[in-house]
Amino acid sequence: MSLLRLTGITKRYPGVTANDAVDLEIAAGEIHALLGENGAGKSTLVKTIYGLVRPDAGRMQLDGAVYTPAGPAAARAAGIAMVFQHFSLFEALSVAENIALGMPDGRTGAALSERIRAVAEGYGLPLNPDRLVGTLSAGERQRVEIIRCLLQSPRLLIMDEPTSVLTPGEVEQLFATLRKLAAEGVAILYISHKLDEIRTLCDRATILRGGQVVAVADPRAETARSLAERMIGRVLAAPAQLEPVRGETLLEVSGLSLPPSGPFSTALRDIGFSLAAGEILGIGGVAGNGQEELLAALSGERRTAPGTLRLQGTPLGALGPNRRRALGICTAPEERLGHAAAPEMSLTENAALSAMTRAKLAPGGMIRWRATAAFAAQVVKAFDVRTAGVGHAARSLSGGNLQKFVIGREVQQRPILFVVNQPSWGVDAAAATAIRAALVDLAAQGAGVIAISQDLDELMEISHRFATLVAGRLVAPRPTPGLSIDQIGLMMGGADVAA
Amino acid sequence: MWRLEARPEPSRAMLLATPVLAVALTLLLGAALFAALGKDPVAALRIIFLDPLLDPYARSELLVKGAPLVLIALGLSLGFRAGVWNIGAEGQFIMGAVASGAVALAFYDVPGLWLLPLMALAGLLAGAAWGLIPAFLKIRFNANEILVSLMLVYVAEQFLIAMVSGPLRDPQGFNFPLSRLFHDSALLPVLIEFTRVHAGVLVTLVLVGLFWALMRWHVLGFSIRLMGEAPRAAAFAGVRPNRIVAISLGASGALAGLAGMFEVAGPAGQLAPALPVGYGFTAIIVAFLGRLNPLGVLLAGGVMALTYVGGEGAQFGLGVPAAANEVFRGMLLFSLLALNILVSFRLVRPARVAAPAPRPDPDPQEA
Amino acid sequence: MDFSALDPVALIASLLVAATPLILAATGELIVEKAGVLNLGVEGMMILGAIAGFAITVESESPALGFAAAALAGAGLALLFGVLTQMLLSNQVATGLALTLFGLGLAALIGQPYSGIKPPSTPTLDIPGLSDLPVLGRLFFSHDAVLYLALALVAASWWFLTRMRGGLILRAVGESHDAAHALGYPVVAIRLAAIAFGGACAGLGGAYLSLIRVPQWTEGMTAGAGWIALAIVVFASWKPWRVLLGAWLFGGVTILQLNLQALGLEVGSAWLSMTPYLMTILVLVLISADRSRAALNAPASLGRVFRASS
Repeated sequence: MSLLRLTGITKRYPGVTANDAVDLEIAAGEIHALLGENGAGKSTLVKTIYGLVRPDAGRMQLDGAVYTPAGPAAARAAGIAMVFQHFSLFEALSVAENIALGMPDGRTGAALSERIRAVAEGYGLPLNPDRLVGTLSAGERQRVEIIRCLLQSPRLLIMDEPTSVLTPGEVEQLFATLRKLAAEGVAILYISHKLDEIRTLCDRATILRGGQVVAVADPRAETARSLAERMIGRVLAAPAQLEPVRGETLLEVSGLSLPPSGPFSTALRDIGFSLAAGEILGIGGVAGNGQEELLAALSGERRTAPGTLRLQGTPLGALGPNRRRALGICTAPEERLGHAAAPEMSLTENAALSAMTRAKLAPGGMIRWRATAAFAAQVVKAFDVRTAGVGHAARSLSGGNLQKFVIGREVQQRPILFVVNQPSWGVDAAAATAIRAALVDLAAQGAGVIAISQDLDELMEISHRFATLVAGRLVAPRPTPGLSIDQIGLMMGGADVAA
Repeated sequence: MWRLEARPEPSRAMLLATPVLAVALTLLLGAALFAALGKDPVAALRIIFLDPLLDPYARSELLVKGAPLVLIALGLSLGFRAGVWNIGAEGQFIMGAVASGAVALAFYDVPGLWLLPLMALAGLLAGAAWGLIPAFLKIRFNANEILVSLMLVYVAEQFLIAMVSGPLRDPQGFNFPLSRLFHDSALLPVLIEFTRVHAGVLVTLVLVGLFWALMRWHVLGFSIRLMGEAPRAAAFAGVRPNRIVAISLGASGALAGLAGMFEVAGPAGQLAPALPVGYGFTAIIVAFLGRLNPLGVLLAGGVMALTYVGGEGAQFGLGVPAAANEVFRGMLLFSLLALNILVSFRLVRPARVAAPAPRPDPDPQEA
Repeated sequence: MDFSALDPVALIASLLVAATPLILAATGELIVEKAGVLNLGVEGMMILGAIAGFAITVESESPALGFAAAALAGAGLALLFGVLTQMLLSNQVATGLALTLFGLGLAALIGQPYSGIKPPSTPTLDIPGLSDLPVLGRLFFSHDAVLYLALALVAASWWFLTRMRGGLILRAVGESHDAAHALGYPVVAIRLAAIAFGGACAGLGGAYLSLIRVPQWTEGMTAGAGWIALAIVVFASWKPWRVLLGAWLFGGVTILQLNLQALGLEVGSAWLSMTPYLMTILVLVLISADRSRAALNAPASLGRVFRASS
């Protein structure tokens, strides 16, 4: 007897069918994986279950009865709870207030705080109800969401990409909690594209591709590779092994510290490392540990004492972004829309945004729009950006295409140092492969590359040396080949690993 | 049931069409307003929007009223593009007028071609200085420029009164709070005989061209647009926000100050408490109606001048109260803001009526 | 110059009266901003309330009806702002300015026949015993009902925001509309309600000016009070009790400069008339200078356009 049964769920948006006759069945006490690439339709499907999206066709049954939630409140009342990937906590409110908001008629007070403490201890999720959420780490924030769900004794718990923000230790703790819940009879719908996790945790997996169910599998009977191939729909090639490269020193960073820029930003503390020409340095770590701040310090968006950064001996700290670009430093921030690119502006204008200096697009302060458009077209061509033309707004591009444009814009400027934050976040597998290849090529031509990423597999694949950012400190870089999972885990926790 | 659907990118056609649609919608609403006031709506609209275009003197008056609006809106649109909200142009206008008037009176009865440029310089500097106060307070102390620039309007109004009842008062003026009438060297030359069209109109046209080129081609114009569109992307591009805040408030203040000089050395010819008539506020509407684009501002300034010249006609001809014109201008801005949604969204009728969406649908990219 | 002509008891009593329109408008705007909406049209809603209250009171001879009409007029104009910003997604700064320009014009248009009329006076609440107390009676217990209502409104707002679930939801919407939407709260409806409440408060504040504080109708009589109310919200760091402090401060400065003008100081009345505005700037500068604190208290979604994305 299944707890939740979806039959023929279809949801169309203009130009795309997000879900195409999807069937899904989840039993009580089961940990069920929903697997698929970005854009496969996972989010739409769970939003349908959670009452945020109404399907165009198909039906849902909960305990055999027809289930048509009018909204999230109705879904919660029916015993369905969801832990979101983003956007569901209020930073300036306390843990207890956040939890009260997720409950019908929830009120803050001693009684609620007591219940929070009880549930937190019962499931091994320590949390202080009075703290402001903005001061919590990513892992702690997730606990808030989970506790918020557990207080309503759900029958089905939906977890959307829960481990993308966690350290390996926190992942273990989360899995223990989920297994305990499943043992108590709670069904768990676990959305992820991390195959190893699914193989460790889940009993069954429904695999989506292009909005359709392509397989229902037992993940334990599959290999990560076979799951990936079903998910992507083609055979994967093994990544090429990197030759170790040692060029002359390009960038030296020493004693780099930065105060936080806002109430919820991370301070950088005494960061020091060096980078050789032709080398790719991978910097891992959970988001919110100083990644954005490190990129801002390297790009020149935030200034530091001159000597903390040196490019081939030239002090950089006090220079702004364009002076640094003139010296050969190009950067690509994590947030594509709004930071790396202006959403409403055309690709041509977005090309001028960062390439004006190095590509000499504005001699004497007047922008040569024709030359700029040609530069943008060159990027589009070289990086296979799918767009109807460079006159179109940045936000009209899909995430993956815009990311290719942003990376391409910088790479086409032939930087001698390229710093990129989350190079392939939210990008489909083909685009991610292209982006990684571009980084490897750039380094092969003698540039230094710093890749900051949460995707450990990506960093293992492309980087010569590996470091982690933890609470604004950099754990000293180690050569990537030969690093064990245990060592990486220790580094993600902030420990220095002996070479 | 019609509903809104996000466009993948802003529609350029709608960007140009919505101001025209807004004027059309305002004419309809205006007709209703005049009918409600018991006036013949057709006659009222004809007097306001058609008659000034047919009569040569009224046409010249359009230039006289339009020039300050365009000049001020030109500066304001610079700041609005960057997300810097100078709404104190009225105060900067007054300070420009007072400063240039003070120069005129200091050299009272002194002939010389140098006097007008000197007055213009005084107007520019005083306006810029008045605009730079909120800029400085924003940069140094994070104070909201909207509130500070607006408060400075009231301060400037009182300052004007203090000046014309004190140091700048006409010694032979029976204690009325008015300055002397300026002598000829301190008055702008009239371009067309028997009208009030002054040299400032020409200067305004030249500045429109200059600002258009600045916004279209210059890195500064690009930086200003970038800061308004995406502040973080601007920082990434190396734009220094404080610099843009100072430039846009300083420049819009300078232009408003220059408009003040044109007004006092043109149609007014003396300093008086009644000098400010709200050009600084109406220019806000002109800036938006002109889509913050210098050429658009020129057209919008023309439309708005109609509501002044034609509005006066309706006042005398039909007894339409002056306040009705203010309401009219407010409705124009509302119409524009309401129709603006058509730039980023389109109205669609869902194909299936059977399953109406419970709420607006998500962006397909997030599906 | 004779300072002895200044009666401190009368000064403080009139300070309380002068502060009341600001308390009403600022408390309303505080609730609006806590919901994440920046309505710069307070001046326009106040002046529309001023004339609506005045006109209805003159026509009906009932100040109570007048105040009710003022609240309705303010809320009505505010809902225009609400529809534009919440449903048609217009820019809040521009729409707020439009509201002010429109409100000033509309009020002037309606108000033409009412210039120079004296409105029926609003009765003061004479509380037996308390009102007869020496000094204290005149200071605190001989005012009109609306003044006490304004004080009660501040207390109620505080209670609502900090103690009630509705207040928590309102703050959540202002903090992150995306998160509130994801939890299933009707962001637009909540904001529209807050906007209407803010408009009603501003309308009451305007009517208090034209019916009690002045009492008379003149064009543009709010003279920036709506903008000062906006500044008071910043000064109060979005905390209801501190609105009182801010309003009394401004009320005090206004009363003081008016009385000094009446004394015929040599400085000239125009210079004295500048003081409330200069004071506003000074206060804004002092309170905004501490950036981190200002950022923590300000609702994080303030002024941002919300569109349901899921």
